Amino acid sequence: MAVIHDVMPAFELFQPASTDDALALLAKYGSEAWVLAGGLDSFDWLKDRIKRPKVVVDLSQIGGLSGIREMNGGLEIGAMTTLTEVVRNPLVKERYSLLLQGAEIAASPQIRNQGTIGGNISQDTRCWYYRSGWKCYRAGGNICFADTPTAINREHAILGADRCVAVNPSDTAPALIALDAQMVVRNSRGERVVSAEDYFVGPATDIMRMTVLKPGDLLTAIRIPATWAGAQFYFEKIRDRAVWDFPLLNVASAMVVNGGNIERIRIAVNGAAARPLRLQAVEDAVRGKPANAATGEMAGKLAIQGAVALRFNMYKIPLMRNLVKRAIGGVEEATWTS
Amino acid sequence: MDIIEFARSPWGQNVPIHISFFLLWVSAIGGLVFLVGHALYVHFWAKPEQFQATAPELAAKVPQKIARHSLASRLFHWIMAAAMFALLITAFLPKVGVQFAWVTYHWIAGVVLTISIVYHVIHTTFWLDPWSIWPDKTDIEDSRRRIQRAMGESVPPPRKFAKYPMENKLYHAIIVLAGLSVTLTGFFMMFRIRTPLFTRNPYLFGDMTWGLMYVLHGLAGVGLIALVMAHVYFAIRPEKFDITKAMVFGSMSREHYLEHHDPERWAATESK
Repeated sequence: MAVIHDVMPAFELFQPASTDDALALLAKYGSEAWVLAGGLDSFDWLKDRIKRPKVVVDLSQIGGLSGIREMNGGLEIGAMTTLTEVVRNPLVKERYSLLLQGAEIAASPQIRNQGTIGGNISQDTRCWYYRSGWKCYRAGGNICFADTPTAINREHAILGADRCVAVNPSDTAPALIALDAQMVVRNSRGERVVSAEDYFVGPATDIMRMTVLKPGDLLTAIRIPATWAGAQFYFEKIRDRAVWDFPLLNVASAMVVNGGNIERIRIAVNGAAARPLRLQAVEDAVRGKPANAATGEMAGKLAIQGAVALRFNMYKIPLMRNLVKRAIGGVEEATWTS
Repeated sequence: MDIIEFARSPWGQNVPIHISFFLLWVSAIGGLVFLVGHALYVHFWAKPEQFQATAPELAAKVPQKIARHSLASRLFHWIMAAAMFALLITAFLPKVGVQFAWVTYHWIAGVVLTISIVYHVIHTTFWLDPWSIWPDKTDIEDSRRRIQRAMGESVPPPRKFAKYPMENKLYHAIIVLAGLSVTLTGFFMMFRIRTPLFTRNPYLFGDMTWGLMYVLHGLAGVGLIALVMAHVYFAIRPEKFDITKAMVFGSMSREHYLEHHDPERWAATESK
């Protein structure tokens, strides 16, 4: 299949100056409109001519969608805030360093300067069968090319696969789930607030979307409550290259430890399924237990219950077990086991 | 707007992948138009049908309550109906925007439907009269007479029905066609997903065969929307309601039997 790079198909470009104008455009053009944030995911699709929207709505001129402000003891981060701004923000650093770690480890400095937090969590999967334009389940077809006996599927899902085995590639998404963030979604009919956990959808529910965003919807802000401010955080990302790479797996946890015991915890992984997974069973199992290697060991084993390896991604199962183990027990306490 | 969607396979073939899902609206609206059209026809234009009279000596032997469906037959019918509704709901609600994890419910309902169909075939073959639901020569001859009389021609009145009216037999034939299409294709499609029943094997067939299977599954599936609508509609029509009640309670009244059924074609047995 010939892929003509750098020559995008023609589309009508709109650069609205306000959120209301953007919403009006999205309502008018519906599924024919493409929302452009930092453009890092979008331009791949457009230059490869896989996606051919009639209309592109560029959000870069809307000042109201950027910036980080305090809100009810927590923070509200505009969806168009760049990852670099998130990393450099003193409030994020002081209270929610988990998000800082997730944002700082994403891609490269240039990409973080251009990429937005809204784009990072709403980006499409990196499955190359899908991104090459093959008509797979996610593209409206009737097969998952990555889940065939001869497929190259080293980066694909070990959990939550339902026909499609693509994974979510975001580094900030698990951090936001661990911080119990809320996503503010607007459309021409109003506003709704969705928990970070429910913002992402798996293929069982909707095989053609990664998030709850439907045509006409716009993610405008991310709200992080005060609940987990200053908690004990853990973020770890495993990737093939030390920089500029998507995660093979990552883990994010927020814990409140009292007297050596885990009082409260939220933990999420990404790269294991088509949506970032909050490990609620693990949270329930370790609550009240000491934050040590033994609890981590137990948590790691619990986390991989139900995992199914594809031909080339068996390594992800012990990897996930070890990441969860380290997130609970700490790197020093937890020994790596294969 | 294409009825069938095509895609290019990795080997460069242009293969069908599935039907266009606007067809579900075509089926639903088509079904609705048929129901409204039929209701208007019956209410405003249809003349009461006349059948040959039942011989008094035969009528005298007819009991008060006539056994129509055994408990086993009724159980099959309602289990199949529940499975069919579950299949339609899980297949088409996501297509109209109601998102939920539908695949598991769908294949489980499909397995229930398949088992109930296998049971039905065995039960009717060995314990009932399997030919009673298929049109015979008398049905065809009488259908011609009914059409001729509806068009104002002067022909002898048709005989009364055997156990099942001709409309019922035709409906059954169509539902067999659609039902077998979805269950057979659905059975093989289960090899494309992960279930505890089979080892997943997406290479069981070539892309073209798989594509045609998805198309047939889709066409039969959307067809079933209209067929189920029609079935429910006739089940609640006043003149058919005795038949519906018989599917619940197993028996029908002597009056309904004598009005619509021929004792020589379907011998009445008393319901206990």
